[in-house]
Amino acid sequence: MTGQTAVLAADVPFPPSVGDFYLPSIVPWGGHDSWFTKITLMLWLSVAILIIFFLVAYRKPQLVPDKKQWLAESIYGFVRNNIAVEMIGKEGVRFAPYLATLFSFIFMMNLWGIIPFFQISPNSHIAFPIILALISWVMFIYLGFKKHGIGYLKIALVPPAPWFILPILVPIEFFSNFIVRPFSLAIRLFANMFAGHMLLLVFTLGGFAMINANLWLAPVSVLSWLMTIALTFLDFAIIALQAYVFTVLTASYIQGSLAEGH
Amino acid sequence: MPLAEVVGSTAAIGYGLAAIGPGVGVGLVFAAYIQSTARQPEAARITQPFLWIGFAVVEVLALLGIAFGFIWAGAPVG
Repeated sequence: MTGQTAVLAADVPFPPSVGDFYLPSIVPWGGHDSWFTKITLMLWLSVAILIIFFLVAYRKPQLVPDKKQWLAESIYGFVRNNIAVEMIGKEGVRFAPYLATLFSFIFMMNLWGIIPFFQISPNSHIAFPIILALISWVMFIYLGFKKHGIGYLKIALVPPAPWFILPILVPIEFFSNFIVRPFSLAIRLFANMFAGHMLLLVFTLGGFAMINANLWLAPVSVLSWLMTIALTFLDFAIIALQAYVFTVLTASYIQGSLAEGH
Repeated sequence: MPLAEVVGSTAAIGYGLAAIGPGVGVGLVFAAYIQSTARQPEAARITQPFLWIGFAVVEVLALLGIAFGFIWAGAPVG
């Protein structure tokens, strides 16, 4: 075992726990109880990268786009045509800017989970997904009341069913439309990022734990680290998928609010 | 005299049980999509958003299992 591995393996905590998600403060002047952690830095970086990228890409729009403009137009075009218009219909175009912002922000925030030296997504702290889900929640309820007035409650809560089954159906509809929706949006994004980071931790630290326990287990450790690389690719697929799913579900809730009753 | 003893967190067993349902569910969602696409390839684009919505709605159950395992990890054992 080389010296460096010995140092690394000496105090590897295994198994990983929830405590591994609470990162220490990184302000250069010390102070371990400051609020400025790697998570905060990644949040600010995501916002800055997105704003600067889209501003620069659209600074001089050309008929024949260059690479930056092509990428920005692809992202916006994808969200506009494949999510907003397809889910909501013609009216969806006016929600395309919000949905595109949501999609690229979640994607960028998730992407930190596999970028070397960062390797944890801010979305693995539930505070961020909760705020995003609350925005979607307030938005589709507001749109519903704006379009249908108080009749929105009837559209949202009273399904076309025989009257005697309604006492059961109305509470279920209320529960599923107004309580479960924001909750499941937030939990889905949070738990995916949390589980992704946890998996990477288990296989990385597990490799160290095994090589530490018995040198004969070294081949298994290498296998474990190879598994980490494979899981990083899987994580990338999940990152893109979750950004897409969050945006599609938001669009589908908006569509439900705008639809003419049953 | 106990014949066998389980040490550590039983949350792992619980999560294994909890993952059965969503596992079957996600399988059904994709099976239905593949079948519908095989029967009518032109419908692939039309049904795709519903594929992902169905997948997400089913998958969240498995993820709730992960989240609650940690949330209740500190709860007192009865």
